[in-house]
Amino acid sequence: MWTWFYKLASPPYVFGVAAALTPWFFALAALAIGYGTVAGLVFAPPDYQQGDAFRIIYVHAPAAWLSLFAYTTMAVAGSIGLIWRIKMGHAVAAATAPIGASFTLLALVTGSLWGRPMWGTYWAWDPRLTSELILLFLYIGVMSLRPAFEDPARGDRAAALLSIVGVVNVPIIHYSVLWWNSLHQGATVAKIGKPAMPGSMLWPLLSMLLGFMLFYGAVLCIRVRGEVLNRERQATWVREAVKS
Amino acid sequence: MKVGVWEAFLLVLRRELALSFRRPDQLLQPLVFFLIVTTLFPLGLSVQLSLLRDMAPGVLWVAALLSSLLSLDALFKSDADDGTLEQLALSGQGLNVIVMAKTLAHWLVSGAALVLVSPVVGTALAIPEAAFGTMMLSLSLGTLTLSWLGAIGAGLTVGLKRGNVLLSLIVLPLAMPLLIFGAGATDRAISGTSAAGALYLLAALCVLTCTLAPFAATAALRITLE
Repeated sequence: MWTWFYKLASPPYVFGVAAALTPWFFALAALAIGYGTVAGLVFAPPDYQQGDAFRIIYVHAPAAWLSLFAYTTMAVAGSIGLIWRIKMGHAVAAATAPIGASFTLLALVTGSLWGRPMWGTYWAWDPRLTSELILLFLYIGVMSLRPAFEDPARGDRAAALLSIVGVVNVPIIHYSVLWWNSLHQGATVAKIGKPAMPGSMLWPLLSMLLGFMLFYGAVLCIRVRGEVLNRERQATWVREAVKS
Repeated sequence: MKVGVWEAFLLVLRRELALSFRRPDQLLQPLVFFLIVTTLFPLGLSVQLSLLRDMAPGVLWVAALLSSLLSLDALFKSDADDGTLEQLALSGQGLNVIVMAKTLAHWLVSGAALVLVSPVVGTALAIPEAAFGTMMLSLSLGTLTLSWLGAIGAGLTVGLKRGNVLLSLIVLPLAMPLLIFGAGATDRAISGTSAAGALYLLAALCVLTCTLAPFAATAALRITLE
């Protein structure tokens, strides 16, 4: 039952699986993002308060969600590498960091673009915004710590440890709108019971979320393949794979 | 001769303190830095006392963070350079006991000293005397937490040639919540409202790092020492 899991520790296997998965992830992501974009930007009704400006949620919320998801992935992959000394864990963690940082930046930028018409300011020192900014700094810290070591294995382990320490920030971001009185609006989708959104607005959002996840998967696959090639460049199978 | 855990802790603590006090210049530098940075703000901004009082918590806390960071780099560095740290790691005592003792010693000579100087800076920044108690309490909790966070960062960067900037890059984001609650507590004390909430949160952060950070710092040292 666990053989598929053990196989994931083998670089050539991961390289092959990532190659096979990439087109599927891209195709499904294109479908989900395509539906979400058209339905969200054209068919969804304008918000009664925010008018058409609310539509940026279809980029902002998935990006923010992915910034947390990617960080958690990075920490989990890093701890797999740290605890069981599985090299592929570190490869996945290293491949995830820049993607997650990009999603964080995207969430911050779209958020401030949204904030300008709604709150009258691009930026407010509000708990959620600040904690998301800290997340970006944590990503940058992890990304700069890894290459600082001459021995790549040490850099991997140090970066993994730092990302595990930084995980404390993830629940703080997630619950910041509940714990503090915040300018940022409260949870609309992940509410217990009924989401505070009609279906015509909600379904495109969920579809965008799924699409972003799939897109993340696709980019992760490509980046993991790059990491594996770079890390295993001395191995014979890489030479054969590159030659063919 | 078998040395108990508590004994080892005290031995390392005493050694660290003795080493620090034999180099008084290094002991004083972060404190002088703290005083200079807090002097820069009134000179650069305004000498109006009412305005100073509004900025005082932020100035005080940012200066405290920076001056603690300054001395963090040396936490493990000299011992790692001359091999003492490896000897300590091989001594048969748990490395986390040694890390705890070293970090506590670091706090005593940097953080606690800073807390003792803070009334002087507080007076210069026009903080009312009634707020000194809260200010010193929040600074003690904050600098102790910062020493623990810094131990993780110092452990991660100890083997690096240019680890100093990286250390700040790693530790400062983690220290931002401290700044928020610490400056918040001081601010409330200055305006005369109850600072209990922010102090409780600071204390919670302090307990959290005191219990978890030694393990993380030990793991970090093991990664870089190997």
